[in-house]
Amino acid sequence: MATQKEVLIDPIFNNNPIALQVLGICSALAVTINMATTLVMCLAVIFVTTMSNLSVSLLRNRIPTNIRIIVQMTIIASLVIVVDETLKAFAYDISKSLSVFVGLIITNCIVMGRAEAFAMQNGPFLSAMDGFGNALGYSVVLIGVALVREPLGSGTLLGYEILPTVANGGWYLPNGMLLLAPSAFFIIGFFIWAIRAWKTDQVEEPEYEIAPNAQYKEAM
Amino acid sequence: MAEETGSGSNKDGLRNTFSVAVFLCLVCSIVVSGLAVLLKPMQLLNKELDQKKNILRAAGLLAADSDIGSGGRTVEEMFADFTVRAVDLDTGEYTDAVNVDAYDPIRAASDSAVSTDLSAEEDIATLGRRENVSLVFIKTNDTGIDKVVIPVRGFGLWGTLYGYLALESDLSTIAGLGFYQHKETPGLGGEVDNPKWKQGWQGVQLYDDVGQPAVDLVKLRSPANSNAARFEVDALSGATFTTRGVKNLVNFWAGDLGFRPFIEKLKTQQMQASVGEHR
Repeated sequence: MATQKEVLIDPIFNNNPIALQVLGICSALAVTINMATTLVMCLAVIFVTTMSNLSVSLLRNRIPTNIRIIVQMTIIASLVIVVDETLKAFAYDISKSLSVFVGLIITNCIVMGRAEAFAMQNGPFLSAMDGFGNALGYSVVLIGVALVREPLGSGTLLGYEILPTVANGGWYLPNGMLLLAPSAFFIIGFFIWAIRAWKTDQVEEPEYEIAPNAQYKEAM
Repeated sequence: MAEETGSGSNKDGLRNTFSVAVFLCLVCSIVVSGLAVLLKPMQLLNKELDQKKNILRAAGLLAADSDIGSGGRTVEEMFADFTVRAVDLDTGEYTDAVNVDAYDPIRAASDSAVSTDLSAEEDIATLGRRENVSLVFIKTNDTGIDKVVIPVRGFGLWGTLYGYLALESDLSTIAGLGFYQHKETPGLGGEVDNPKWKQGWQGVQLYDDVGQPAVDLVKLRSPANSNAARFEVDALSGATFTTRGVKNLVNFWAGDLGFRPFIEKLKTQQMQASVGEHR
């Protein structure tokens, strides 16, 4: 049985949902252009994952096996709507720049994955901790990506200028690629590399051995 | 806990399946609809405030990254200087047929009862249909009209650009253009949001000598002081389709199918008023 500390801390580096399980990549590409939207997205995912794990765990002995996915989905979808509506009422500008990606938390594999894999088998408190921990692991990667993308892509961080851009009379020419989604792939790739260089047990065994090249003599 | 008493076979029974499904649907729908109703007024307020900001930004009264105008005036205070009127686009007359507070021209354009189908050659901005009644935002001062803001939209590369075009008091010089919603490529067509590029619209002439909209977005500007230079704005490099879309949408909404009949009427009124003063 996992301890509370393990389920909370493990997903951050040891079993990171993005870096090790490679889940939730879609929103990690889309919302990391600037830090403000990233932070709001992280809070939204933390709320949804924690609450969905908690509710699924409370109902776990009641949920019929044959409709369990739909039950989890309904709970998650309702929580996401709650977040979306609240953002529209209290943080309109940020909700505009997050656009569909708040709604797409429903399809974020981390939320579903934790509800199905963990909350269906564990008690409410432990499940909530697990949801919180996994969302934290997701947030760490997102914040890391945004920390690279916003300064290099627009010369600002949280809206404050740190690299004065040429357009504003400074010296820094922003790298437009960092405003586009593919740049997050590179950054996440580097992030995974860094984590696996640090924690070598995460390195996967190669699926097959590459045969040695044919020698000139053999080909004759 | 009570829910942990259910045994395995009981849990998967038809009865339990139905009762869990019904219970869950009820609870979730109550939570979701309750919240939606509760937050609706605030959301509507946010939406209105956002449109007001867009209008003020197009008119150059509000900086892009700020919510406070010059002299510390709030958005609401500045917007109070504007009168909102509904305009029949075909006749150019003001109309009271719609309630300006609740009317949404973009929604009206998809309702065949209150919009007009555009033929392929008329439809340079690729709208499909055009609403019959639209809104104008007029700022007046002691001497008459100070600024007129009209809603504009049209197709760029990936989707429709929505924005506002502001005119100076002569009703021919552009005071500003700004888009509040578009899907253009960040860094290329997305540069329609670039403050420096937007500045280039200020002072550009919308109408040529015969009163037709003549704005052009060009790679190479005509020599300053030449006649053509008065209508020219820099094209966006690397964004041919967006550039073409912006040019077409401005010329469409300034043209005969857009607000030209209305603007002509306003000009005539202005002229009559100034003649009246001189008598």
